[in-house]
Amino acid sequence: MFAEILRRLVATIPVMGVVAIAVFALLHVTPGDPAVIIAGDYATTDDIARIRTRLGLDEPFHVQVGLWLSRIVRGDLGTSIFSGLPVSTLIGQRAATTIWLTLFAMLISVGVGVPIGVLAAWRKGSWLDRAVMVFAVSGFSMPTFWLGFILVYVFAITAGWLPVQGYHPIAAGVWPFLSHLVLPALTLSVVYMALIARMTRASMLGVLDEDYIRTAFAKGLAPRGVLIRHALKNASLPVVTIIGIGFALLIGGAVVTESVFALPGLGRLTVDAIVRRDYPVIQGVLLVVSGVYVLINLVVDVLYVILDPRIRY
Amino acid sequence: MAVSATNVGTLAPDATAARSPAARARRFLTRHPTFTAGLAVLLLVLAVGVLAPLWWTGDPLQMKPAQRLQQPSAERWFGSDHFGRDVYTRTVYGARVSLLVGAAVSVLSLALGTTLGLVIGFYRRLDTVMMRVMDGLMAIPAILLALALMAMMRGSVRNVIIALVIPEIPRVIRLVRASVLSLREHTMVEAARALGVGTPRILLRYILPALVAPLIVQATYIGASAILFEAYLSFLGAGTPPHIPSWGNIMAEGKTYVQLAFWIILFPGLFLALTVLAINLVGDGLRDLLNVRG
Repeated sequence: MFAEILRRLVATIPVMGVVAIAVFALLHVTPGDPAVIIAGDYATTDDIARIRTRLGLDEPFHVQVGLWLSRIVRGDLGTSIFSGLPVSTLIGQRAATTIWLTLFAMLISVGVGVPIGVLAAWRKGSWLDRAVMVFAVSGFSMPTFWLGFILVYVFAITAGWLPVQGYHPIAAGVWPFLSHLVLPALTLSVVYMALIARMTRASMLGVLDEDYIRTAFAKGLAPRGVLIRHALKNASLPVVTIIGIGFALLIGGAVVTESVFALPGLGRLTVDAIVRRDYPVIQGVLLVVSGVYVLINLVVDVLYVILDPRIRY
Repeated sequence: MAVSATNVGTLAPDATAARSPAARARRFLTRHPTFTAGLAVLLLVLAVGVLAPLWWTGDPLQMKPAQRLQQPSAERWFGSDHFGRDVYTRTVYGARVSLLVGAAVSVLSLALGTTLGLVIGFYRRLDTVMMRVMDGLMAIPAILLALALMAMMRGSVRNVIIALVIPEIPRVIRLVRASVLSLREHTMVEAARALGVGTPRILLRYILPALVAPLIVQATYIGASAILFEAYLSFLGAGTPPHIPSWGNIMAEGKTYVQLAFWIILFPGLFLALTVLAINLVGDGLRDLLNVRG
């Protein structure tokens, strides 16, 4: 199995190569000189020339790609045009906020989504099942930021229980840290929770029809034990897949959520960089986030084998 | 797959096959209330957007500084924003942008993705390389890719459509390719081959028709997510330009006034959520109707 993990790790290299080239090619997606676009409407000829040299845009395209790839391999993501700081430093400063946010959102959505999915499947056709399905479809249809504003309006502005926006690092104390993260994490978790509930329900329905479940109920085992130990265990594979796929959803949602709650994370970094056309920063974030996505999916693949010994590579 | 309750339902078409199409449609609509409700809401939103000037609206761009941030009332149903513009009028006009983006993105990404998917699925030599490329492109979260594309383009509805189509294409290619791979082993394709039918004709006459149902279902989901993504891009200031009211940028302008004028965000968001919900319900209904496996 160790050799297999290694083989899969190696297989991610071409994928990351494609990501790196695609992220670089974004600069040239529009016809015309990227330096002019990055410099903006009020730039002088000098500004444009400076940006062109800085980004190496004077070289032929294939040389640019080569330089870019060799830089990334060395872990050099370039420097921000706006602040002059290395992109890796900027990402390092902002990563913690986004990691906490997505982690809490993931915990909330798995913690709520899986149980309600199991219950809905167990009581298929009941009002509970219908309520879960309605929630699943509407959760998937709501714009994340809108939901965020509704929660802010209800819990922060009207009730005054939680802060409206802002972020406190964990060093500033546990309660300030948590209270500022509750609403953003809840906002971000809803789409994902809906997806997990739907997936768990569908997967459980497939398993609950099996003979061994009927046997388990027939010999009088407690429903909770049957549902969790017998059914959920076998229904968990598709749910684990969703955790891998869902990361892309969470990171996309985090960009928008951070903007609603003024959290200084990677999403805000990206949005600010887009407004300033700070391209090295945009490229750096895209590359790092996609890399994490590829790695998480690799871990999910490995988890498969641990969860279901029937799967052999 | 185990025999489940849904398989029992497939016995029904034999009974309905004899009925007229109108009677079958009526039967389907009454049996699937969520599909019917979704379709009704979607048609209503379509009517709202297309006939925007007829719905007792004013000028969506007219500013009345004296009437800024007014609460919803009998004259101003959804209140007014910080420039004194009528939020109801702007929301009604906003439906146009959302529906246009949703429709254009699903049609364009399906057209391009299907063409590429058919070719990649049938020519084995291209397959391995192209699928690695698709894996790479899909590893970049769609919203970040769309944002990065918008950073290189001017804000306009056309560019929003382009920025949303590009991340969607690899996903369509993947779906089409998977179907092509299973269909190409089908007996009818083998028979056609044996009779000397050329590859382009096989793709068009044998493979494409079998793809129509899953692609129609996919179109609804792509449309729904494109409408959400347009709102995200506009909300983040990288989408539809401010002089064209869209649900996303109305809410973006309202975000500074959450405490003073919550209605600027509440109403466009409600319309947006209802529209996307309606499209998703229609998609789920079509999936049942066309017997497409999710």
